[in-house]
Amino acid sequence: MILSLLISNKIEIQHLDLFYGAKQALKSVSLSIPEKSVVALIGPSGCGKSTLLRSINRMHDLDPKVRLDGEILLDGHNILHGNTNLNKLRRRVGMVFQKPNPFPKSIYDNVAYGLEVNGIHDKTRIRAAVEESIRESYLWDEVKNDLDKPALDLSGGQQQRLCIARAIAVEPEVILMDEPCSALDPISTAKIEALILRLKERFTIVIVTHNMQQAQRVADFTAFMYLGELIEFGRTSAIFEQPNQELTRNYVSGHFG
Amino acid sequence: MKISATRADKLATVVFQFSAWLSVVVLAGIFTLLLYNGFKAFDRIRPQEFFLGYTWNPSGYSAPHYGVLSLLGSTLLVTCGAMVIAIPLGIGTAAYLSESAPPRVYQILKPVIELFAGIPSVALGFIGITILSPVLAHVFGLSNGLIALNGAILLALMALPTIITVSEDAIRAVPKTFREASFAVGATRETTLWRVTLPAAMSGIITAVMLGFGRALGETMTVLMATGNALAFPGGFFEPVRTMTAAIAIELGETAQHTTHYYALFAVGALLFAISLLVNILSETIARRFRYSQS
Amino acid sequence: MRWLFLCAVLVFLLCCFVFWDIASKGFGVVSLEFLLTSPRKGMTEGGIFPAIVGTIYVSLVTAVFVIPFGVATAIYLSEYARDTWVTRLIRAAIRNLAGVPSIIYGLFGVAIFVDGLGMGPSLLASGLTLGLLTLPYVVAAGEEALRHVPGSYREGALALGATHWQSIRTVVLPVATPGIVTGVLLGLSRAAGETAPILFTGVAFYLRYVPSSVWDEFMALPYHLFILATQHHAIHQVRPLAYGTALVLLGFVFSLNLMAFWVRKKYSVYGQQ
Repeated sequence: MILSLLISNKIEIQHLDLFYGAKQALKSVSLSIPEKSVVALIGPSGCGKSTLLRSINRMHDLDPKVRLDGEILLDGHNILHGNTNLNKLRRRVGMVFQKPNPFPKSIYDNVAYGLEVNGIHDKTRIRAAVEESIRESYLWDEVKNDLDKPALDLSGGQQQRLCIARAIAVEPEVILMDEPCSALDPISTAKIEALILRLKERFTIVIVTHNMQQAQRVADFTAFMYLGELIEFGRTSAIFEQPNQELTRNYVSGHFG
Repeated sequence: MKISATRADKLATVVFQFSAWLSVVVLAGIFTLLLYNGFKAFDRIRPQEFFLGYTWNPSGYSAPHYGVLSLLGSTLLVTCGAMVIAIPLGIGTAAYLSESAPPRVYQILKPVIELFAGIPSVALGFIGITILSPVLAHVFGLSNGLIALNGAILLALMALPTIITVSEDAIRAVPKTFREASFAVGATRETTLWRVTLPAAMSGIITAVMLGFGRALGETMTVLMATGNALAFPGGFFEPVRTMTAAIAIELGETAQHTTHYYALFAVGALLFAISLLVNILSETIARRFRYSQS
Repeated sequence: MRWLFLCAVLVFLLCCFVFWDIASKGFGVVSLEFLLTSPRKGMTEGGIFPAIVGTIYVSLVTAVFVIPFGVATAIYLSEYARDTWVTRLIRAAIRNLAGVPSIIYGLFGVAIFVDGLGMGPSLLASGLTLGLLTLPYVVAAGEEALRHVPGSYREGALALGATHWQSIRTVVLPVATPGIVTGVLLGLSRAAGETAPILFTGVAFYLRYVPSSVWDEFMALPYHLFILATQHHAIHQVRPLAYGTALVLLGFVFSLNLMAFWVRKKYSVYGQQ
C-alpha cells in the first residue's frame, strides 16, 4: 500500500491468533497502526475488538487460559516474544479503561503513581510531570486546588480524564483506550474526544468504540471487526462512506450490531 | 541495599508461596506428630484394649486401663446431647431471623449472637459451675450438678452462634420465587417454611449442624469445668463424665513425658483429630453439593 | 410461626443472661486496684495485673507471628495462585486447620515448640501455638478482603508498568487493609480467650513478676479464671475475684471484637466502585 510508504507504522500486527482455552477469539488479524494517528476499532459486541486492544500491552497475561500466536511488532520488535519485559512494555503502551478506575488515593498520587512505580523519586520532577499531565488532560482548572482530595470524589468524566492524565504522565508512546466514554454523559464525552484529538499530536492512539459517530469524529483510520476477524481497515472516511465489504456497509449503516 | 522492582517482584512471589505452604506443613505436622506419638502407645497397650476397652484409668492402682470407649462415649454423649438442644433452637432462631424478624428486632438480635460467638469457653464453663450446676442439682434432686447434662447445655450454647449464622445464610439463599410460588397456591407461611423453604435450604442447614457439631466435639474448657470429669463409663446425662478433650487437658499436665500414659493421650488426640477431620470433610462435601444445587 | 419467635427469644435471653450474670457480679470487683496489682495471700486477695499483662503479651506474640504469615498466605491465594492441585491442597489444609480442636493445637505446641524446638513452656511457645490456631481465620478474612478489591485497580496499576508486587503493595493491599485488620482482630480475640492451647505450653498458675522476655512463663486471664473457678483451695471465697476476672476477660475479648466490627463498618464503603 502507498499509505505505508508515506507514514511509518508504530505497530504492526501480523497474523494474530488468540485462544481462550479452546475457543478462538482472534483469527489471523493483521493490522498496521501508523505513528501519531488515532485508530478506531469498531464492530458488534464480542467481535474481539477489546481482546485485540488488550493484546497490544499484553493485559491477557493475567489470564492463564489465554494463548497468543502471531506477531505484534512495536517499532519493529515483537512484543509477544517470551522475554519481553512487561513492565517496560506497559510503560510504553499505556491504557485507559472502559470504566474510570482511579485508585482510592488523592488526585495527585494517582497521577504520580506511574512515575513512582517506574522508579522516579525526584519530587520536583514528579510535581512538574503531574501538573503537566493534568493540564494536558484539560483537568487542571477543575482540580488545581484539590490535588490532595480523594480521586473517587470526582465526577465520572473528571475521573476518566484523570485516568488519561495518569496514563500520559509516564510518557508512553501508545495509548490504548477501551471504550473510554461508554460510562460517561455527552458533555464529558465531548471533552474526552477533544482531548484525544490533541493527544494524537504526541501519541499513537488505539481506541475501541461502540459509537460510530465517535469513530468518525476522532479516528484517522478505522478497523471493522466481526467474529474475531478483521473485515476491513482503512481511512475512516473510506470505511464509513465507501466500504469495500458488504458486511462493513451493513454495520456502519446500522443494520446490525 | 536497593533492589530493583523486578527483583522485588520475584522475591515476593517466593515469599508468598513459601508462607502459603506453611499451612500444609502444619496440618501434616499435626497429623504426623499425633500418629507418631500415638502409635508409640501401642508398644505397651494392646490395640483391642485401647479401642474396645470400657475403662479409662491410667493411674489405676493395680493395673492401668486405657480403654478409650469410655472417653469417646462421654464425648459423644455430651456432644449429641448438645446437638439435641442446639439444632431445633438454632434452626428456629435462624428461620426467625431470616423469615420474620422485623428489622429493628434483627438489629438487636444479630449483634448479640455475633458477640456471643466470641465468648471464651472458659467463661461459659465458669457459668456452668456457678449458675447451671446448682440449678440442675436442685431441679433433678442431685447432690452435684457437674454432670453430662450441664456440659451438653453449655456446648449447645457454644454451638448455637455457628448453627444460627450458617443456617440463616442458607435459608436466605433460597430464592424468593420458591416462597412466592408456595404462597400463590394458598399455602400459609408456616406450611411454606416447613414444606418449601427449609427443605430447599436443607444441605446448608446440615452443614451448619456439622460445623456446630465439630465445634462442640473439640471443645475442652467448658466440658472440663462443668461435667465433673469422673472416670467411669458414662451412665447417662445425670452422671459426671470425662470427655476425650478433658482427659488430655487434665492428664497431660500430670503425666511424665515419654510414658505409656503420655503416648496414650496422644493416641486419644489422634482419634479426636481423625473424628474432627471426618466431620470437616463431611460438611465440606455437603456444602459443595449445596453450592451446585443452588446454581 | 410463634415457635420461631420463642426460639429466638430463648436464645437471646440465654445470651443476655450470661453477659448480665458476669457483668453484674464482676462489676463490683473490678477496680483500679484489681486491674493494677498482683494477687495476694494465695490469690484470695489482690488483683490480676500479671494475668492481664500476660494475656496482652501472648496476644502480641500471636499477632507478630500470624499477621505476616496469614497476610502473605492470603496474598498468595488471592493474587498469585492459579487453580492447580497445589492451590487446592493449600486451601484444603487451611479449611481443615480451622476445624482442628484447640486442645490438639496444645498437643502440637507442647511436642513441637516446648519439647522439639526446646523453647520450654514460654510466652513464645504459647504465642506460636495460638498463632497457628488463628492462622486459618486470618487467611480466610485476608483472602476475602483481597477478593473484594476491584480488579480494575489491579489492571490500572499494571497498565502503568507496575510490577505485580508493586500493584499489590501500593494499590491492592491499602484497599484491603480494613478487611484484613478486621480478620486479625477477630482472630486475636479468639486467641486471647483460649485456654487449652496454652495449658501446657507456657501459662503459669501464679507468678510474682510479669514476664520480662518471650522465654518466660506467663499468667493469662482465661487460665486464671479456670484456676479460680476450679483449682483453688478456697473456691467459694475467691468467687468474686473469679467473676471480676471473667468480666475483665470478656471485656478484653469483646473490645477486640467490637474494634473489628467498628473497622469493618467504618471502612465498608471505601474502595467499592
